[in-house]
Amino acid sequence: MTTAAGTARAVASGEITARETTAATLARIEKHNPALGAFTAVTAERALAKAAAIDAARARGEPLGALAGAPFAVKNLFDVKGLATLAGSKINRARPPASADSTLIERLEAAGAILVGALNMGEYAYDFTGQNAHDGPSRNPHDLGHMTGGSSGGSGAAVAGGLVPIALGSDTNGSIRVPASLCGLFGLKPTYGRLSRARSFPFVASFDHLGPLARSVEDLALSYDAMQGRDVADSAQALRAIEPTHPSIEGGLKGLRIAKLGGYFARGAEPCAFEAVARVASALGANTTIELPESDRARAAAYLVTMAEGASLHLERLRARMADFDPDVRDRLIAGAMLPGAWIVKAQKFRGWFREQVAELFRHVDVLLAPATPTRAPKLGQVTFTLDGEEMPVRPNMGIFTQPISFVGLPVVAAPLWTHGESLPIGVQIIAPPWREDLCLRVARALEREGVAAAPLAAGFA
Amino acid sequence: MSDPAFDADALIEASARLLRLDLSGADLAVVRTHLETAERLARVALDFPLEDEAEPAPVFVA
Repeated sequence: MTTAAGTARAVASGEITARETTAATLARIEKHNPALGAFTAVTAERALAKAAAIDAARARGEPLGALAGAPFAVKNLFDVKGLATLAGSKINRARPPASADSTLIERLEAAGAILVGALNMGEYAYDFTGQNAHDGPSRNPHDLGHMTGGSSGGSGAAVAGGLVPIALGSDTNGSIRVPASLCGLFGLKPTYGRLSRARSFPFVASFDHLGPLARSVEDLALSYDAMQGRDVADSAQALRAIEPTHPSIEGGLKGLRIAKLGGYFARGAEPCAFEAVARVASALGANTTIELPESDRARAAAYLVTMAEGASLHLERLRARMADFDPDVRDRLIAGAMLPGAWIVKAQKFRGWFREQVAELFRHVDVLLAPATPTRAPKLGQVTFTLDGEEMPVRPNMGIFTQPISFVGLPVVAAPLWTHGESLPIGVQIIAPPWREDLCLRVARALEREGVAAAPLAAGFA
Repeated sequence: MSDPAFDADALIEASARLLRLDLSGADLAVVRTHLETAERLARVALDFPLEDEAEPAPVFVA
């Protein structure tokens, strides 16, 4: 399985046809999905029709898009025309099929990419494990006994297992960055308000982001660039012009001030998380450590807003269909419905204060580094882990380092690192000021070029 | 640790009535644990002075 960029170049040159690459992708999905639990629906007929249209366009001499013929798949909270939008739930199976694709699918297909299916996820995205009570777990391709991370677990499994080069996920508190870390992928969470969320199933409107996971930085940049642009159907989208990143990913590190985050981001995790950050910092020549003040409060505030907004979204379903929820999600949502409103409003106001601290920090630095997850992938079914001597539940705590960052909507690329003798990777967050996705991608590409970060195909699926 | 004075069970009982939630199908021990976690985190998040004029910040301006 090559990259999306490689496939697009091969299709454009006539080395392969879109039909051939689509058929090969569908065959790989059929062969490997039972082991990975990545896909919940495969859109074979639609994919082959799209491939035929691309091959016909090429035969007519028409220009092809930057992703022509490249397969992709989406977390099953994206609307896919003709499919019920599950959002990982049993309850949503009764929804009518979506009448139109989500905006981001439309945009990737406009660039020539080919949708091949919908992907498993934690129920209603309230999850960091990639396990699902209804569809079974997505499995980590690097070790099938371990979690993918979530909630975009199927997205992580599909890309790391080489079923597709690009998968879309959502990230409210870390749900792109956690599976990217655990599955050894590059994942981009853009700035809050950058990419349209139209026709995707929400979770926490204040924090919901959509973005890609891929095995190369170039694929992240190409897919992200294709998805940018104003969409009046998303009322929370910011008024930003399209700012292409692909032309600058080879720009290198010159002139960039890069620092490690200390304090909150340098405690409460296994040593491998900090070793990964240290290796990245060393490779980038980042010798300074700075502190993002009150990050523990930011994480706590994000946690409370998530509980309350998630519960508000699902309150009617809790009344009517309580027995049909995943129990792990149900009981968190019930608790969220009971939180005092005054807590939530103050947590949102703290968000404004924290944003100002972040803005001040970025006057002195261009890029920040932090761990993506506190550990490598836990085992499937593992309920607790011990961090800094304290036993705590896995499910809510895989996001301790991602949550304060998405709380204020900063763009992040999670970049995967590997240690000799370890079968599982761990990720590092490359964090930039609002709207500077280009910096995250430039730094990630520099690490990829130097071999510091890499997203190899899982050995069992090569 | 949540505040010993925090009575999660009382909150559950009162809120369930207010919200018209039938909790017979829920695991109340787990709901209680989630509320105790929330109460602990609320003390972390909220024990912080903010101006009366403080605004929430859902949208970013470069």
